[in-house]
Amino acid sequence: MTTITSRGTVRIDTEACKGCELCITACPPRVLTMGSDLNRAGFHSPLLEPGCTGCAACLFVCPDFCFEVYRYDQPVVTEVAS
Amino acid sequence: MTTIAVRGAERRLMEGSEAIALASIAAGCRFFAGYPMTPFTEVLEHFARYLPEVGGTCINAESELEAVGMAWGALATGARAATGSTGQGLSLMQESFAEITLAELPLVIFNLARGQGDYFQATRGGGHGDYRHLVLAPVDITEAVELTQLAFHLADRWRNPVLVYGDYLTAHVEESVSVDPIDFGPVPDKDWAVDGATTGTGHAKLLSPLGLAKFGAEPIGIEAHLRRIVAKQHEIERTEARAETGYLDDAETVVVAFGSPARFVRSVVRDLREAGERVGFVRPITLWPFPADAVAAAAGARTVAVFELSAGQLIDDVRLAVLGRAPVVGIGGISTDGSGFGVGRLLDVETIRDRVLAVHRGGADAALPPLPDNERTLW
Amino acid sequence: MPTLDTSTEPSGARRVGDLTPDLLLTGEHHLCPGCGEPLALRCLLDTITDLEVTTQTIGVVGIGCYTAFTTSIDVDLVQALHGRAPSVATGIKRMRPDAVVFTLQGDGDMVNEGLQEVLHTAARGEAVTCVLLNNGVFGETGGHMTATTVLGQRTKNTIDGREAEYHGYPILIGDLISRLEGASYVARGSVHNAGAVARTKKMVRRALESQRRGDGFSFVEVLTMCPTGWFIPTGESPEYLHETLGAVHVMGELKVDGRVKTTDELHTENVARQREVEARLAAGGLDG
Repeated sequence: MTTITSRGTVRIDTEACKGCELCITACPPRVLTMGSDLNRAGFHSPLLEPGCTGCAACLFVCPDFCFEVYRYDQPVVTEVAS
Repeated sequence: MTTIAVRGAERRLMEGSEAIALASIAAGCRFFAGYPMTPFTEVLEHFARYLPEVGGTCINAESELEAVGMAWGALATGARAATGSTGQGLSLMQESFAEITLAELPLVIFNLARGQGDYFQATRGGGHGDYRHLVLAPVDITEAVELTQLAFHLADRWRNPVLVYGDYLTAHVEESVSVDPIDFGPVPDKDWAVDGATTGTGHAKLLSPLGLAKFGAEPIGIEAHLRRIVAKQHEIERTEARAETGYLDDAETVVVAFGSPARFVRSVVRDLREAGERVGFVRPITLWPFPADAVAAAAGARTVAVFELSAGQLIDDVRLAVLGRAPVVGIGGISTDGSGFGVGRLLDVETIRDRVLAVHRGGADAALPPLPDNERTLW
Repeated sequence: MPTLDTSTEPSGARRVGDLTPDLLLTGEHHLCPGCGEPLALRCLLDTITDLEVTTQTIGVVGIGCYTAFTTSIDVDLVQALHGRAPSVATGIKRMRPDAVVFTLQGDGDMVNEGLQEVLHTAARGEAVTCVLLNNGVFGETGGHMTATTVLGQRTKNTIDGREAEYHGYPILIGDLISRLEGASYVARGSVHNAGAVARTKKMVRRALESQRRGDGFSFVEVLTMCPTGWFIPTGESPEYLHETLGAVHVMGELKVDGRVKTTDELHTENVARQREVEARLAAGGLDG
């Protein structure tokens, strides 16, 4: 087991997402990946993996206003299989 | 509201351009934008001179397209605003006139035209879609002072553009007039005007020609919006038509004419009446709505003659009003001075009398005297 | 790698960025996936909020894809004809000198249809802020050449790419405006990545501040992605923007306090700026 620290996190409005993937490339720690589920409009939307820094780059580049960005008061540690 | 002394309140000799500018200001006009063009130019000059005195703004716009756009913006704030040109310049503004009508903004437009060939432009318009302007055609400077003020009132009353159609004579004849503010009664509040105060309140305003509404409010939709404007324009047609008539009761020949040439026609008809001839006249004051009832009253005559300084445009509306009950014949024509800007030799009392008499004696099929030619152009 | 719950508000955290700008009544819109226009719009609306000028702001919009936002932008708006917004803004500003007045136009609207309008308004030094959303195509009609389309760019009517001999050269509108005496602040931003968005927002702020000081005309051009009109995948559009439009329409503050910058100066600033953004992202955020 290893641990990954998240200094921040995001709330994603997956129903508003149009699956453009601009957030995927914009994310500096590369913790956004496209999911396989479809929303009601038929678009894929992003999933968040541990390691978010709360930098808000996703929010800055999202044309559909899907992101709400948070910074943790205390960093959150997630254990993952190594 | 502070009272501002009205310039021009003292009776004096004043050319039409100055009277129109001063009458606009007396009516509360505080913004004008235009682009110089003969014979309209002096209207712009007088606005440029007088508007700053009352805290208003006159912009010498870089083009007619921009002039009408600037007036659009001023209107959106709730100000009384106007633009103008000759028909040539108004051709460039037609797209905006159509949209401003559909956005229901109270624009006042002045056409100091190079003749009467802009009748179709004024009454039908060259823009897109189902729209109409009210059109007022003053016969002289005294009436121009009244109709200019009425134009601002009707524009606000109906939230619809109003065009004042004059010509070289309207612009440049000097008459003894005084410009007194006329109270035409109340107009609706401009609660639609934008001032920025509703921005960020959840109830911001939107001035659109498309029948849209902000999110959360129920939009009327484009179809219902356009139908509502059409219904409003039917109401204007029903209530706002104006005309001056003379001697119609027993007239065998009725002459229809508008604007400055109608002044000549009126004089000719009066003279002929004094000489015992049974002639009469109808002078549409509003070209749209067309005073069809007043013109239809002339249909009892043997002949209806139309005198206009064009190839024949007003005559279409006269025929629609008369509806075949009497023959309608054109006795005007194209006539300009050598420059193309001014007045040709057809606009002459003797010449008009000969043409009226030709129809009065010989009926609709009578041969008319030839159109008088101009002096040779100097360039 | 596990994925985290992103459907609810987290506990023990403070919010640093909202879903939708305060001045949008709804974030929902029908612009295409990957469109850059909502990003530019966010820069503008958030700046109006930040400057606390909301109850004195009036906007004029032209005709383009962004026009779809007229019903959801919580700003007093006047819908203008294609190309004519700067004149309408002039009339508004002259009658309401205390208002903050902006226009929103696309490149087809401003640089094709109404080029003279923006140039004359700038030359007059009219105290309004014109915002151009420049993607080098008519997006609303489906991707046709505009006056800003760069050489080589494929559009529906330059299917093998724009050729100078046949289609002529693009107009660099920001550069043109910066040479006019009446223009006090001229900048060209972009929304092709988070750093560019943050920088563009600052440009909008400086432009509006310049208007409020009464310095004269201010102008912000924003390069925006139009993957639909460019016929490329959404994910590739930021790089395409940077490599094609961005290489010709060079980003930066073209004119500040009346001084026009050289292209070399802009390049030097752009490199420095990119390093700064990378450092700030590594340190944790752009919102500061």
